[in-house]
Amino acid sequence: MLLALPFLTDELLGRGWVRILDFALLFIMLALGLNIVVGYAGLLDLGYVAFFAVGAYTYALLASPQLGLHLPFWIILPIGALIAGLFGALLGTPTLKLRGDYLAIVTLGFGEIIRIFLNNLNAPVNITNGAQGISQIDPISIADFYFSRSHEILGITFHSVHQHYYLFLALTLLVIFVSSRLQYSRIGRAWMAIREDEVAAAAMGINTRNIKLLAFVMGASFGGIAGGLFAGFQGFVSPESFSLMESIMILCMVVLGGMGNIGGVVLGGVLLVVLPEALRNGAGPAQQWLLGKTLIDPESLRLLFFGIALIAVMLWRPAGLWPSSTRRRELEAVDGVAQQEQDTVYDAKH
Amino acid sequence: MSDIKAPPLLQLSAVGKHFGGLAALTDVSLHIRHGEIYGLIGPNGAGKTTLFNILTGLYQLDSGSFTFDGHSYNCCKPHLLAKAGIARTFQNIRLFANMSALENIMVGRHLRTRTGVWGALTRNTAARAEERETEQRAHELLRYVGIHRPAHTLAKNLSYGEQRRLEIARALATDPTLLALDEPAAGMNATETESLKALLQTIRDHGITILLIEHDVKLIMGLCDRVAVLNYGKKIAEDQPEAIRNNPAVIEAYLGGSHA
Amino acid sequence: MDILLQQIINGLVQGSVYALVALGYTMVYGILGLINFAHGEVVMVGAMIALAAIQVLLAAALSPLLVLLLSVLLAVAVCMALGYSIERIAYRPLRHAPRLAPLITAIGVSFVLQNLAMIIWGREYHSFPQLLPNASHHIGGAIITEVQITIVLIAILVMTGLMLLVHRTRLGRAMRAVAENQTSASLMGVNINKVISTTFMLGSALAAIAGIMVSANYGVVHYYMGFMLGLKAFTAAVLGGIGNLRGAMLGGVLLGLIESLGAGYMGALTGGILGSHYQDALAFVVLIAVLVFRPSGLLGERVSERA
Repeated sequence: MLLALPFLTDELLGRGWVRILDFALLFIMLALGLNIVVGYAGLLDLGYVAFFAVGAYTYALLASPQLGLHLPFWIILPIGALIAGLFGALLGTPTLKLRGDYLAIVTLGFGEIIRIFLNNLNAPVNITNGAQGISQIDPISIADFYFSRSHEILGITFHSVHQHYYLFLALTLLVIFVSSRLQYSRIGRAWMAIREDEVAAAAMGINTRNIKLLAFVMGASFGGIAGGLFAGFQGFVSPESFSLMESIMILCMVVLGGMGNIGGVVLGGVLLVVLPEALRNGAGPAQQWLLGKTLIDPESLRLLFFGIALIAVMLWRPAGLWPSSTRRRELEAVDGVAQQEQDTVYDAKH
Repeated sequence: MSDIKAPPLLQLSAVGKHFGGLAALTDVSLHIRHGEIYGLIGPNGAGKTTLFNILTGLYQLDSGSFTFDGHSYNCCKPHLLAKAGIARTFQNIRLFANMSALENIMVGRHLRTRTGVWGALTRNTAARAEERETEQRAHELLRYVGIHRPAHTLAKNLSYGEQRRLEIARALATDPTLLALDEPAAGMNATETESLKALLQTIRDHGITILLIEHDVKLIMGLCDRVAVLNYGKKIAEDQPEAIRNNPAVIEAYLGGSHA
Repeated sequence: MDILLQQIINGLVQGSVYALVALGYTMVYGILGLINFAHGEVVMVGAMIALAAIQVLLAAALSPLLVLLLSVLLAVAVCMALGYSIERIAYRPLRHAPRLAPLITAIGVSFVLQNLAMIIWGREYHSFPQLLPNASHHIGGAIITEVQITIVLIAILVMTGLMLLVHRTRLGRAMRAVAENQTSASLMGVNINKVISTTFMLGSALAAIAGIMVSANYGVVHYYMGFMLGLKAFTAAVLGGIGNLRGAMLGGVLLGLIESLGAGYMGALTGGILGSHYQDALAFVVLIAVLVFRPSGLLGERVSERA
C-alpha cells in the first residue's frame, strides 16, 4: 500500500500531489523529532525549526557552489544530524533548568536567532548568501544513482518525486523505528517520568538534566536529517522556509495528532500537510463554483479554514486525534476492574 | 535489633535552613542507626518536610552538614542522594500519573540499570536481559506492597491507599538503605493503616532502615524504635516512644502550641 | 550624544506599547497559566477597528478630538467583546484538558483573526490618519513628537489605573486570589469564571489602546502587525517575570530600550560585523541571557519546587 501510494496518487491526483506526499514524509520526520522533546520529555519547544534549518544549511553548504564543496550525500546527512544535535546541546545546556513556558519562549527566541543569522550572514563574509538563499544544491545521489533523474526499472518509469518518496519513506520508517525503540526503553521511561513530575523523577535517581539534554539532542538530530533531505530535494534553501510559522506547524502536528503516540504524530503530520494543500486547491474553485467569481483571496480563506479546523479538532479531542496508548489503557482499565471505584477516584481528583 | 556501637547510618550535625528571614530548621542534630524505624513528629510547620527535602537534595542546607553511609554531604543533587541510597515518598503523592503502576516502579529501577540509547535501539542481549529483570522486579514489588491490580493500570486510577503503596514500591525499587516516608498513612482508614504498619515492619525486617514522618501518633508509637520531635524548627526531644509520650516539652508543644 | 537621546526616546515610546501588550499576556498567564497566543492579533484588531471608525466618523464631519475619542472607545469595546469570546470559545472548554491543547486553539484563533482581517482589509498597508496636531519638539538635539509624548503619558495613566484596580478594588482582590489558588478562591465565594472573563476583557482593552498607539506612532496599519508585536510583548512579559504586572511593565520598557539602542549602536559596538539587521535577534539574546541567570525573569518570584 505504502509502496504503491505514489503511483496511485500520480494516477488519481497528478504529479504535484506526489511532491506533496514527499513533503508530508519530511514533516512526519520533523514531527517525530519534536515528539521526543514535547511528547516524551514534556519540554515545550517553539523553535524546533532551527534544527531543520541547521540540517538544511549544512547540506547546502557542503554540496553546492556556495563554498565550492561537493561532499557525497551519505556523508553529509550524518554530519547534518550531528551538527543539528550539537546545536540542540548548545541550546539545551544553559536553558534546560527553566520551567515550562520560560523554556518555550527561549526556544522560540533561539529559532528566531538562527533564522536572523541565516538571513544576514552574507556580510562581511558571505556564508549563507543572506535572504537570497543558496541554490544549485547537489541533488541527492547514492553512488551513481541520482534521485533527481528518472529511471526505468522493470519496465516502470520512476520519476524524481517517486524516487524521493521511497528514500524519504525508508528514512521515515527508520525514524519511527528509533522513536518506538526509545519510547519503550529505560530512556523513554525516564523521559516520561520527567514529563509527569520532574521532582519525583529526580528523587528516583534520574539525572534530569542529562536525560532532558538527551531528548533535545535526539530530537534535534532528527530535525537535522529532515533538513538535509529537504535541501537535497529542493535544490535550494533560503531562510524563508524556517520561520516561526514552521515551528508552530510542526508543534500542531504533534499535539493535534496525539502527543507521545507515534501513530498520532504520523497522522498529524499527514493531515497538516495534506489539509492546507487540499484547501489551497479547493478554496479557489469552490468559490468560483458557488459565487461565480473569486471574491475572497483563496490563500487567506485556506488559512482561515485551517485555523477553524485547529480550534474545532482540539475542542472535539483535547488529547489529540489519536492519543497515546496510556490513555487507551486507561479506558480499558475502567472496563476491566471495578468501574465504579475507578470513577469515584477519578472524580475525586478533578 | 540495631547495633548501637556501629556508626550510625545517618548523622545530622547542626543542620540549619531558612527561607528569607524565616528559620525553618535551627541546629538540628540527630542520628539514625542501621535497621531501625525512626519517627519524626511535630506540629504542622515544625520543619519535618524541610528536613526531608534537605536529606533528598531538593533543598540545600544553609549550615551544618550530614553524613550518610560514611559520606559527608553539605549540598547535593537529588539523583546523587538517591544513588547513595536514600529513597523517599512525598506527602502529597507524586506518582507519574499517566504511567502504569508497573512503569512507575520500573522508573525506580533507572538508577540501578544501565541501558542507554544504543542498547535501546539494538535491544542487544544485555539490554533485553536487563529489561526482563527490571520488569520482573517491578512485578515482585507490586505484589510485595500488596497492590493486586492489573500491572498496567494507570497510577492515577489506583485508589488512594494503593497510590501510597505504589510510591513505597517505587522508592524500594531504587534499592535504598534508608527509606524516608513523608506521612504515608495520611488519609488512610484504620484497616489500611494497620496493613501499612505490617508492610513497614516487613520492609524493616528485610534490612531497610526507615525514617518516618507521621501525624498518626498511634502508628508512630506502635512502630518506631526511636522518635524525634521537632517544634519551630528545633529538636525538642529524641527518645524511645514511651519516654516521648511523657516528655513535658513534647506535651507542651502539642497542647500549648495548638495555635501553631 | 544626540543619537543616544533619540534612541532612548524611541525606545521609551516603543517600550510603552510593549508594556501595555505585555500586561495582557501576563494577566492571563498569571490566572490561567496559559500563553494567550492570540493576544497580538487583538492588538491588530483594535487598530483596524479604530481606523475603520475614524474613516466613518471623519466623513460625518465631527471634530478630530471627538472622532479620536469615539474611535478609541469603539475599538476598546470591540476588543473587550473579542477577548471575552476568545476565552469562552477557545479556552474555557479546555480548562482541564492537557496543557498544550489550549495553546493549539490559541494558535488557531490567531490564524482566524489574522486571515479574517486580511479578507476584510486586504494585504495592503493602510495609512492611519493624523487627527491631532503633531508638532515636534527638540530636546538636546533629539526630536520628540506630541504623539509620542501622548503615547507615553497615556501608557503611564493606563498602567497606574490598572495597578489601582488590581490592588485597591474588590475585583482586583478576586483576581489576585484566583491567580494564587483557584480552588480556595472559589471556596471563598469568588466567581472564577467571571474573574477570568474580566481578566481577558481588561487585557484586550489594553491591547486595543496599544494597537491605536502603535498605529498613530508609525502612521500605518497592517493585518500582520499584531504577530511580531505580540511576540515581542510576550518576550517582554517573560523578561520581567511572567505573571507579574510590574515585571511586564519593566520588561516592556526595557525591551523597547534594548531594541532601540541595539539598532543604533550594534554596528559600532561590533566593529561593523553585526549590523542593525540583528536588532530582532538582540531582543532574544538578552532574554536568554537574563533567563539563564534569573530563571523566573527579572521580577518573577523564585519558585523553588515544593515537595
